[in-house]
Amino acid sequence: MFVFTLKAKILAISLTLIGLVMLIIGFNTTSVHSLDLHEAAGIVLAEAPHGEDSHGVVSHGEDSHGAVSHGEDSHGAVSHAGHEDHGAANRPWSAFLVNTIFFLGIGVGTLFFLAIQYAAQAGWSAGILRVMESVSLFVSVPLLGLLFLAITGSMHLHYIWHWMQEGIMDPMSSNYDPLIAGKEGYLNAPFFILRTVIYLVIWGGAAYLLRRNSLREDRLPAGQNLFFTQRKLSAAFVVLYAVTSSTSAWDFIMSIDAHWFSTLFGWYTFAGMFVTALTVLNLLVIYLRMGGYLPWVNDNHQHDLGKFMFAFSVFWTYLWFSQYMLIWYSNIPEETPYYLARFGEFKLLFITMVVLNFLMPVLVLMSRDSKRIAGFISLAAVFVLAGHWMDHYIMIMPGSVGYNYGFGWAEIGGFLFYAGIFIYIVLHNLASAPLLMKNHAMIYESKLFHQ
Amino acid sequence: MANTDYKPLLRAIYKDDDVVLSAVKSLREKGMKIKEVYSPFPIHGLDKALGLKETRIAMAAFMYGLFGLSVAITMTAYMMNFDWPQNIGGKPSMTWGNNMPAFVPILFELTVFFAAHLMVWTFMIINKLYPGAEPQNPDPRTTDDHFMIEVIAAKGVIDVLKESGAKEISEA
Repeated sequence: MFVFTLKAKILAISLTLIGLVMLIIGFNTTSVHSLDLHEAAGIVLAEAPHGEDSHGVVSHGEDSHGAVSHGEDSHGAVSHAGHEDHGAANRPWSAFLVNTIFFLGIGVGTLFFLAIQYAAQAGWSAGILRVMESVSLFVSVPLLGLLFLAITGSMHLHYIWHWMQEGIMDPMSSNYDPLIAGKEGYLNAPFFILRTVIYLVIWGGAAYLLRRNSLREDRLPAGQNLFFTQRKLSAAFVVLYAVTSSTSAWDFIMSIDAHWFSTLFGWYTFAGMFVTALTVLNLLVIYLRMGGYLPWVNDNHQHDLGKFMFAFSVFWTYLWFSQYMLIWYSNIPEETPYYLARFGEFKLLFITMVVLNFLMPVLVLMSRDSKRIAGFISLAAVFVLAGHWMDHYIMIMPGSVGYNYGFGWAEIGGFLFYAGIFIYIVLHNLASAPLLMKNHAMIYESKLFHQ
Repeated sequence: MANTDYKPLLRAIYKDDDVVLSAVKSLREKGMKIKEVYSPFPIHGLDKALGLKETRIAMAAFMYGLFGLSVAITMTAYMMNFDWPQNIGGKPSMTWGNNMPAFVPILFELTVFFAAHLMVWTFMIINKLYPGAEPQNPDPRTTDDHFMIEVIAAKGVIDVLKESGAKEISEA
């Protein structure tokens, strides 16, 4: 039985508090900058201050301005007389969104992995289902964070989602954008908030029900009736998730670049989230095995988890490249701005991210032996987690912040804030129930599993 | 592996794969040297029981993949940029680096092609399974429903074989 020690509790709570303080500092420092920016209205935006925590890119000439997708010229013929640059003011909100999406990926990816274990009646994984349950229950926290961002966005406290600007759907307004107005049926604040609530209900509800049934199964004298209930529940969730994974990716990430669209985007986002979740699961299983809490999990289970991580790193790269290559090849003006920003202002991050997410896991995890050694998996895990944080950063920042991006208080603070809550919730859930299910149908098979 | 110095071989026929596995274990425990085991199908755990070394075919496959990748890079660069420069997708930059995204499917396919095919050929040559190779199997029954252990003759081998459940024992 896993024990949530006082030391770990203090660590988790202090991480959350430090993160919260850093977030507050981040919000206050950037609001000063946005004031500067408003005073400097009319002056070439590229000369506006970039913030203390400036990034490596030295010069922001006027040519790079066009690369940022919210620059004036990316709107084509549509003129924005009153179009203000919200980049600097958006920055702490965007940083919070990046971390929210990153941790949402860990939560919902694990929930999906848990559901497919039941739906496929997988035997090998039965010994680590409790670990998956503990992580998947976390999914509600980043969803509440998203609900918070959606509501504050609709109150015009920030403009991460450009289409939430006042008057953007109003033909009389100087902010009018006919392309965005055409999407009003889907991209409007009430429906947006409603969808966020629906995700909260479906994902959070599925995680809660799977956990509740699993704990109930432990208390039953014998029999495996609940296994089939779990299976049906999981199958239903997988179907619902097939739809909601795509729509949530459009909502929270793709609608930042509201003019742009990609039919592959839902899958691409899902692949990134899923591999992040698998990586965290690998790390958790390694951590628990080192503490001796999972004696029934051996190198063969670890090997399979490593395979999943390796495979989905490659899968993510496949989708990333599929999206990129088709847009690069066809070269249509309505698609290319997305990559112009990422290959201009964000080039260094973009290339680093692909190397971390594809090349490093492939080189580290390709050999059979390395997938059975905790050190190698942990090394690859560090690369993959860093890479996917950067991937989410690169999905969100160019559209919402533009060249005001950086890495400072809000980015680190948001990460620590969620990391603290994540550690607290996961360790609490791990400690609140035995790590081995008593009556699960596949426990015996899982114990015998070998390759 | 052919032995240069002559050592008499004993061939023991078995009827069951589990019996073969336990026979191999007991032979090796008693220090007997097993030359080969013939079986109509793979026996799970036999490689470990025989103490075979891990295969290095994975490393070979990786090398073949790298070779295929470099062949593909050379081929695309020579064909599309050097020998007869092509305007690719309206992007006549004429350098390999700038046209690279268009070549990625080719790079991938040739990497896989070389890795897979050369790996299969390597496997067949090492195991003497190429067309026209001399058949190695001493007893055709081991391709149907019998199993055979070939042991290098030593003192007491016959007793161990009989104990372990051999159906018939013959000298090679």
